[in-house]
Amino acid sequence: MQIPHEVTARPDTGLYNAKLGIWLFLASEVMLFGGLFSAYIFLRMGAPDGYWPHGLLNVPVGAMNTAVLIASSVTVVLAWASLKMRKFSQYKLWMGISILCGALFLFVKLAYEWPQKFDHFGAFIKPEALAKYEPLLGNKRIEEENKKGGAKIDPRVEISGHLHEVVIDASAADKERLDAFLKKHHLEAKPDAHHPNLLAVEGKHLTPGVVEDLARLPDGTLKAPGIKLKTFVLALDPVNADPTNPESDKPHFWYKGATEKHGEIQVEDVESWSAFAPKHSPYFAVYFTITGLHGLHVLAGVLIMLYFWLPIEGGANMFKRNPEHLANRVEVVGLFWHFVDLVWIFVFPIFYLL
Amino acid sequence: MTDSHDHGKSAAPAVPHATAAAADHGHDAHHDMHLGLYLGVGAFLLVATAVTVWLAYVDFGSRAANITVAMIVASIKVGFVAAIFMHLKGEKWMIWKILLFTIFFVIGLFMLTYLHWADPIFGTTHSHH
Amino acid sequence: MSTAATTHAPDDHAHAHDDHHYDPGFWRKWVFSTDHKMIGIQYGTTGLAFLMFGFMLMMVMRWQLAHPGEAVPVIGGMLQAIFGSSAFQADANGIRGVLTADGYNSFGAMHGTIMVFFGIVPVAFAAFGNFVVPLQIGAIDMTFPKINMASFWCFFISCIFMVVSFFVPGGAAKSGWTSYPPLSGIADLGPLNHVFMNGQTLWVTGMVFNITASLLGSVNFIATIIQLRAPGMTWMRLPFFVWAQFVTAFLLLLAFPPLEAAGVMQLMDRAFGTSFFMPTGLIVNGAITQWSGGGSPILWQHLFWFLAHPEVYVLILPGIGMVAEIIACNTRKPLYGYKAMVGAIFVLGFLSFIVWAHHMYMTGMGAKVAGFFQVTTIMISVPSVILVTALMLSLWGGSIRFTVPMLFATAFLPMFGIGGLTGIPLAFNAVDLYLHDTYYIIGHFHYVVAPGTIFAIFAGVYHWYPKATGRMLNEFLGKMHFWLSLIFINGIFFPMFLQGMAGVHRRWYDGGATYEQLITPVIHWNNFMSVSAFLLGLAQIPFIINFCASIWMGRKASDNPWDATTVEWDTPTPPPHGNFIKEISVYRGPYEYSVPGADKDFTPQTEAPRSDRPPSVGVAGPIATHAH
Repeated sequence: MQIPHEVTARPDTGLYNAKLGIWLFLASEVMLFGGLFSAYIFLRMGAPDGYWPHGLLNVPVGAMNTAVLIASSVTVVLAWASLKMRKFSQYKLWMGISILCGALFLFVKLAYEWPQKFDHFGAFIKPEALAKYEPLLGNKRIEEENKKGGAKIDPRVEISGHLHEVVIDASAADKERLDAFLKKHHLEAKPDAHHPNLLAVEGKHLTPGVVEDLARLPDGTLKAPGIKLKTFVLALDPVNADPTNPESDKPHFWYKGATEKHGEIQVEDVESWSAFAPKHSPYFAVYFTITGLHGLHVLAGVLIMLYFWLPIEGGANMFKRNPEHLANRVEVVGLFWHFVDLVWIFVFPIFYLL
Repeated sequence: MTDSHDHGKSAAPAVPHATAAAADHGHDAHHDMHLGLYLGVGAFLLVATAVTVWLAYVDFGSRAANITVAMIVASIKVGFVAAIFMHLKGEKWMIWKILLFTIFFVIGLFMLTYLHWADPIFGTTHSHH
Repeated sequence: MSTAATTHAPDDHAHAHDDHHYDPGFWRKWVFSTDHKMIGIQYGTTGLAFLMFGFMLMMVMRWQLAHPGEAVPVIGGMLQAIFGSSAFQADANGIRGVLTADGYNSFGAMHGTIMVFFGIVPVAFAAFGNFVVPLQIGAIDMTFPKINMASFWCFFISCIFMVVSFFVPGGAAKSGWTSYPPLSGIADLGPLNHVFMNGQTLWVTGMVFNITASLLGSVNFIATIIQLRAPGMTWMRLPFFVWAQFVTAFLLLLAFPPLEAAGVMQLMDRAFGTSFFMPTGLIVNGAITQWSGGGSPILWQHLFWFLAHPEVYVLILPGIGMVAEIIACNTRKPLYGYKAMVGAIFVLGFLSFIVWAHHMYMTGMGAKVAGFFQVTTIMISVPSVILVTALMLSLWGGSIRFTVPMLFATAFLPMFGIGGLTGIPLAFNAVDLYLHDTYYIIGHFHYVVAPGTIFAIFAGVYHWYPKATGRMLNEFLGKMHFWLSLIFINGIFFPMFLQGMAGVHRRWYDGGATYEQLITPVIHWNNFMSVSAFLLGLAQIPFIINFCASIWMGRKASDNPWDATTVEWDTPTPPPHGNFIKEISVYRGPYEYSVPGADKDFTPQTEAPRSDRPPSVGVAGPIATHAH
């Protein structure tokens, strides 16, 4: 029982079934990403001044990934054209490159871009404590600059960088549990130089996630957490290390990691803190959600393209039996792939540049 | 080269096989021409990406203006991907109809949620102007 | 439920070109079938089961409303054993089975969710659509049969999530079918709840699967209707039911994704602590919460209602389509205003995307945005009225046969009319400020879906059951089902308008007992409505008996027991794999009933014109079709 118009077009519409099907599906995907982008717009407009960050993402890496995806868009359409011209080895070449590009995109995202953020620490300072951290925030100078006109510079409400050390009050803690925890995460604790009754915990792997787990350590009873965080000591990001430098007013192309300069934040002055994880702020929430969902689509595209590339029944082996059908399949996955590229063309400037 | 025909049963009036074959051959020449176009557009998109990045560091006076410029460049890039790579240029009217309504609805979603945010009841805590 | 489908075609002709030796084995035939008819039946039986489940949830709620604080009689103990102590408790005398506030809220949220997404849409859109649409357009199946199967199983997975959610600690989702944050962001996340296996998280996950199933299904419907129409089946010869399903599929395709995005965001809020919807400085139980803040509860409302408004048209349009078919068939005359109805249904579908914020008049909207939505909402009443009016005018001058489907289809008209007309005042935000969240709203939308769509579904079941099973449903039981349902369903929902206008709030779990002094004149209606609900439940028993028993004991049906014109009646009963035993060509419009000069009072679409007589009105034959 053969469904009509699977391979040859229906005369009055000029379409074969799967082509219509994929465009309908892409229409729904436009609405899906549209919903996410409308969330972005809504959250960004609703963010108070200073609470929507700029320049936190690595632009050269993002731009390179953009180029990789654009290249793969070109190669997938060349793969389809090769099939229409019945040039099989050319098809395998171009399709293979597309698959590799897609895989590279995912690799860069999952092996560098995302993990790098989970290492990065950020703390929003309470509004009433902002004046106290003026040396790290430089808001007075920003006020002066904004009076001069031109594009407004946002006030700074966050201090970020790499955690170097966290000072804790462990007097009510279960010592055994604490020691086991420190050992497991290769951390060292010694009495704090300024407050000998407090412990300064430091180590190479002191990520915000580890500090969160540390803060949740019980004291053996369920009454209250045994560990109280007191102070964060961090290697500051350039904008907090040198806030009054005019260079810090705007984001720059080359990505600069944390500097050597250390800063201290008292936990009582902090509104909220975490790694640059989804829960850090609405910006990261929507960044991870959109790039995550987009990444899932990239993965799906890579897998389907791989299916059409491998020498299997529904894949490359179809070339001998019914090359037009295979060409249609590649056209359909190509349309999907171009849509994925399209979304990224919007995502890149919106998150990395604006 | 093997021509492909729909060997399955088709309920539509069958297009004469000769025409299908001719269309197939005609198509080859078509694709040879297009290879250059695809590569050319690809190169254009890579350049446009570099331009996007460069423009991001140019101050156009206000945040709104910076955003507008970036979105215009992105839209141009998207237009080329859609028109050339996705063959929307020359695509059937049925597809265009579906897409036009979709674009209308997604812009409606953006604009009406924005309108709701921008037009609150006067004088309550919602007011942010 | 099993159909009478056999593994070989009843008409086993040598020249039949369907696969009459098609025998895929038990699993591929009954469970993992790609045949649209089997998938339709799977959706139908699952959907009807959920409609019944949702009805039972409502009956427990209605007991509580009429007798707040009293244990549910007879089955109270059993309910407490099944649903656990978050939903039910013992009363002061130790009698078990009193619905708690949390229990009431969870039953209410799940009643809404189940009826809308697991009852009506699967039955009216997916079940009837899958079974009837390919047959009506003369196709052998949907364009993508495997995706069709995938869509059903994705739906089935979503059903499992919803059912399981009742039995986890804390019970099912209880933040309303609308799932508004911040409540839905913090619900079921306490120390006694599991991080994933809690009611609200399971609800969101189930909705994501349900939406995915809908999206897969709607792609199939649209592609099939565009690509697989038989020769001669031009657009304006389509039965109105196909048009209705076509527009409904577009509504599902384009309106659902923003809710899927919002569902993902709510899951992120719950599982990863993000603040998409959680506002800054949220205080729960006196303590400040751990979210970073900066989120917007209004954002959820926008994304939810962007779907949920087109969703209500998804709920009604297939019903209108079914009623149109049944009215034309049982008045023995064409539909009045077919072209106007087609135009109206497109305008309705289009406008439905830009009216959603009339559900949000209480969110502090300014004059511009409120004015915009009031205007579009009033505009959308026009095509609705056109549809109902055209159907009513279709009765005029007809030779009406009050078969059971026709009884339900005729009753649909005034019932939907009441539902629609009571919606008009709500379009104005000044009126809505008072009526929002009252029982007036509940009365309004239930009139549209309950004596509206569900009556249309019943009409469709009685109408197409013979085609699917080869048996007629019993007429006497059908009439009993109809009259009792009509009386009792009005008994439940009409007093709601009275209560609503008096200010009775829609989610009071004690039926307003706490505010009795404010609503004294109307609180007594609770008892009346609850008794009506119980009797309505009893009135479904003849239907259930009829539905199940007629498969074996019903009068055998011919291929076309209703003498209808549309193509689905030109197949064997029940249709075999491949649907048709001859090539299908369409020669005329869908409602050629009582054509002057014809030899019978109906002329099927697929009947070739006689060569010795000039063609009857509207015939153009299959060749001149591809102009469209």
